[in-house]
Amino acid sequence: MFGQALADGILTGAILSLGAIGITLCLTILRFANFAHSELMTWGAYFAFTFTSLGLMGSPLGPLTFGWGFLLATLIAGALTACLALVVDRTVFRRLRNKNATRLTLIFASFGVALVLRHVVVLIFGPQVEYYSRELQMAVLLLPGVRVMPDQFFVLGLTVALVVLLQLFLTHTRLGLAMRATAESPMLAQVSGIEVTHVIAWTWVVAGLLAAAGGVFFGLTVQMRPEMGFNLLLAVFAASIIGGSGSLFGAVLGGLIVGLSENLATLVVPTSYKQAVPFLLLVVILYFRPQGLIAAKT
Amino acid sequence: MIGELSYLIFFLIFVSIFAIAVLGLNLQWGFTGQFNAGVVGFFAVGAYAMAILTGPTQPRLPDQAFQVSGIGLPFALGLLGAIGVSAAIAYVIGLVTVRLRHDYLAITTFGIAIVIHLVTINFESLTAGTLGFVGIPRPLASTFATPFAHNVAYLAMMFAITGAVFWGLERIVRSPWGRVLKAVREDDVAAIAVGKNADRYRLEAFVIGCALMGLAGALYAAYIGSISPFDFLPIMTFQIWTMMIVGGSGNNRGALLGALVVWGLWTSSGALVSQVVPAKFQAQGGAIQVILIGLVLVGTLLFRPRGLIGEEPKVSRYVD
Repeated sequence: MFGQALADGILTGAILSLGAIGITLCLTILRFANFAHSELMTWGAYFAFTFTSLGLMGSPLGPLTFGWGFLLATLIAGALTACLALVVDRTVFRRLRNKNATRLTLIFASFGVALVLRHVVVLIFGPQVEYYSRELQMAVLLLPGVRVMPDQFFVLGLTVALVVLLQLFLTHTRLGLAMRATAESPMLAQVSGIEVTHVIAWTWVVAGLLAAAGGVFFGLTVQMRPEMGFNLLLAVFAASIIGGSGSLFGAVLGGLIVGLSENLATLVVPTSYKQAVPFLLLVVILYFRPQGLIAAKT
Repeated sequence: MIGELSYLIFFLIFVSIFAIAVLGLNLQWGFTGQFNAGVVGFFAVGAYAMAILTGPTQPRLPDQAFQVSGIGLPFALGLLGAIGVSAAIAYVIGLVTVRLRHDYLAITTFGIAIVIHLVTINFESLTAGTLGFVGIPRPLASTFATPFAHNVAYLAMMFAITGAVFWGLERIVRSPWGRVLKAVREDDVAAIAVGKNADRYRLEAFVIGCALMGLAGALYAAYIGSISPFDFLPIMTFQIWTMMIVGGSGNNRGALLGALVVWGLWTSSGALVSQVVPAKFQAQGGAIQVILIGLVLVGTLLFRPRGLIGEEPKVSRYVD
């Protein structure tokens, strides 16, 4: 029981991390809590679903339920989600920024955007549950009592790879440096010759790509429904805040903490209250450390 | 003719129920600058408090050890109880959240609504769970036997209560207390520097606002007569927000107008959608309605941020 909850927790945590990184980027570079972020996860999942339902799945690779085609679909979904994030920024958030709207106005607007995005999914794809593949998959017995699907292994590996790639991008490229500089101080970044609008656009691209990956992975290992992102929103926010809303590894750590505590908690509280766990964790941590567990370096 | 008239009365009852919640939110956001993303949670608390305090015994499921319902208090005590319970819950939550940064407050209150929703679904001994709480006594229903007379009487009562809430809020936001709220909203450091305890004012505004949301919920429960967890979904928070933003935050008359305009838009778009969209695509029809309200919210923020009326620049009638 414990081992299984641990394994499930790590997997959930990995997916939450992908969402939490985007939220963290938004909080630090764009400086507002984007309640529409988890809708990008939903859209990422459904973009990929559009291609897989058109037959882009590929013949299964080894024990996995999908082939190269699905990976290609995921990649396209990532690109499309990044575009969607940019379009939303152009039509709503950028206009508000240009009007010097407060960050609370931006939060309000992100709620509105979330509503619209979520219900457009209902409009196009319908309210029912969807899966990429209906093939049954045999779980692998990892340890006595701990069963893991090959797909879940794959998802975990790819998530680790994405996080490492992002870290390299942030520390070793000019653009990554510019993003970190803008996060620290937009004004100083601007006088140092960094094009802040450029940085903001790339922030959306990175956030969109990772959100899409998280959404597709959730769709692959759990299921897809129009409310999937909305139901993940609180956990993703909790992960970002617990991680200190400032660092990449903070967000990943936060994701793991939330994922693990959600799954380990089911050993003692009824599963029906699972969704309340990230919230309680969040409240406790905010009460003692209003800046999050790992406060950003000053 | 009588059909249209009774629909109008039904419509106005809902407008005035929402107006009370919008007034509560306006005190928190419009006057104090506090973000509450959990409006529906406090609305539900009030509704369930009314149901539990005044309602009949609910059927007990086999696996339930106890069932709280069947207290059978009169309506007026139910109202007071609903206000008290939502204020008490808001006070406890406020103690934790009052120090939080804006976006953290938004996320925390959003979480509170989710937890309250989970409790209404799962804590069956208290809330009757997903089956819903039925048979809540409807005040005035025995005195006014026909549905039409009952609706007219309930509307009259709603006008009186909403009017009293409006009048009370107008008084307090124009008092020295209300001016401190605005000072805290504009610059809490400055407010603290002149000796005002900003946290205390924020907490007071938060508790009063949530108590009003609870009152609105209680009046809803007593009007409809039955409630279930699915009557209190996050969309209601967005509706109430949109009402406030459209009407003009920081203005109590704006809150009333916003409730009227947005609820009018919501019901008429619902009627239109049900005419045009075939019953098979009911979910999609509902989605169109929600998309519309999202667009109204974003559009107002973009093109008319002060809302229809907007805030009055004057904070006191003694100032020119």
